[in-house]
Amino acid sequence: MGFSLFTPLSWNDSSFILAGILNTVYISVVAIVIGTILGAIVGFIRAESNKYVNMLLGSVLDISRSVPLIIQLILFTTYIGAMGYPLDPFIAGSIVLSIYTMAFMSEVFRAGFESVPPSMITASRSLGMTYWQTVRYVRLPIGIRAVFPSWLGVALSVIKDSALVSVIGYMELLRTSEQLISRTQQPLEILIGVGIFYFIISYPLSLYGKRVERKMAL
Amino acid sequence: MEYEYHWNIVFDKMPELLNAAFVTLHVSVLSMLVGIIIAVFLALGKMSDVKVFNYLSGTWIEIARNTPALFQIYMAYFGLGAFGIHLSPYFAVLSALIFINAGYLAETFRGGFLSIPKTQYSASKSLGMSKVQVYRYIILPQMFRKIHYPMTNQFVWAILMSSLGILVGMSELSGETQRLQSLSFRTLEFFMVAAVMYYIITKFILISADLIAKKMFKGDI
Repeated sequence: MGFSLFTPLSWNDSSFILAGILNTVYISVVAIVIGTILGAIVGFIRAESNKYVNMLLGSVLDISRSVPLIIQLILFTTYIGAMGYPLDPFIAGSIVLSIYTMAFMSEVFRAGFESVPPSMITASRSLGMTYWQTVRYVRLPIGIRAVFPSWLGVALSVIKDSALVSVIGYMELLRTSEQLISRTQQPLEILIGVGIFYFIISYPLSLYGKRVERKMAL
Repeated sequence: MEYEYHWNIVFDKMPELLNAAFVTLHVSVLSMLVGIIIAVFLALGKMSDVKVFNYLSGTWIEIARNTPALFQIYMAYFGLGAFGIHLSPYFAVLSALIFINAGYLAETFRGGFLSIPKTQYSASKSLGMSKVQVYRYIILPQMFRKIHYPMTNQFVWAILMSSLGILVGMSELSGETQRLQSLSFRTLEFFMVAAVMYYIITKFILISADLIAKKMFKGDI
C-alpha cells in the first residue's frame, strides 16, 4: 500500500496550505455576505410584488440554479475576457459565487417574509407604525428567525461549492492541495487533510443548525 | 472590444454534444439508482439499535454531507490510487456521486420515515394487516409523498455536480465541451450551448417529476 509516514512535504508547505485555507474562507465569507444581503433584498421584493413580477424574477434567478456552477464560472470569465475586461480570479469568482448564493438566499428569505402572518402586519400598522417600521421591527426579525436553519444550510453549501472556483485559477484549498499532490505524489494523505478541514468547518455548523431547527419545532 | 460569434462550429459538433449530454444523464440516473438502494440501508442503519450499524452509517452520511463534491471526486480519482485502485474518470465521478447521493438521500428517507406517526403503525396492525401490508399500503405511500420533492432536487443536484467530471477528464457534457472548445477556441459559444443544454435537462426533469407526482398522488401533493 502507498500509505507512508515519510513525505516530501516540508514545513515550508504549511504556509502554502494556510494561504489556501485562508483563500477558501475569504471567498466563502465574501460570497455569503454579499449573497445574503442581495438575497434578502430580492427575497423582500419577491414577497412584496405580485404574482407575475415574482414569477419573472424567480425564473431569472432559476437560471443560476439550473446551470452547473462550474459552467457559470467558465462562461463568466471567458465572457469578460472576450469583452476585453479580464478580471482577477478572486473578483470574478466572488461575483459568480455571490450571484449563485443570492439565487438560493432569495428563495430562503422570501419564505421567511411570507411566514410572517398578515394579521401581525395589520396589527403593527394599526399601532401607528409606518410601512418601513413594520418591515424593520416586525417582519425582518420574525422572518429571519424562521429561516435561520435554511440560511445556515445554504451558507454551508456555499463553503463547499467555493471549491469550484479553482477552475478559473483561484488558489483555494483544493487547488493548493492539487498542486502539492502533483509535486509529492501523495494524494491520499493530502486529500484526507483537506477533507478533515472541510469537515471540521461544516460539521459543527450543521449540528448547530439541526439543534436550532429542533428547538424551533417544539 | 467586439467579439464575433461563430456558431456553426458549435452546430457542427452538435452530435458529440448530444452524446455527451446523454452520458451526463446516464451517469446521474445510475448514481441515483444505486444511491437510493444504498441510502435505504444507510437510513435503516441510522435508525437501528445496533451501535455498529448506527455508527457506520452515521459516519458515511456526515462525511458525504460535510465535504465538497469536488473533494469526493478527487478522492475517488487520485486518492484511491494509493490503495492500488485506479478508477477511470467515468467510474470516479460515478462512485463519488453515488457516495454523496446515498448520504443525502439516507437523511431524506430517515426524515420521511420518522415523520409518520407511530400510532398509524399500531392502528394498521390492529386492523389485522401483516407487516408487509402495513409498509405497502400505509407507511411507504405516505413516505413517498413527503420525500419525492427532496428526491427530485437530489437528482437535479446530481446532474449539476456531474459537471465536475470536467476536472478529471470525463467526457460528460462539460468535459466534452471543454475538449471540443480546445479544438477551435470558441470557448464562449461552446459553453453557452452547454449551459442551455443543462438548463433544458434540469427543467425537463423537474417538470416530468412534477407530472409523475401529480399522476401518482391524484392531485393532492
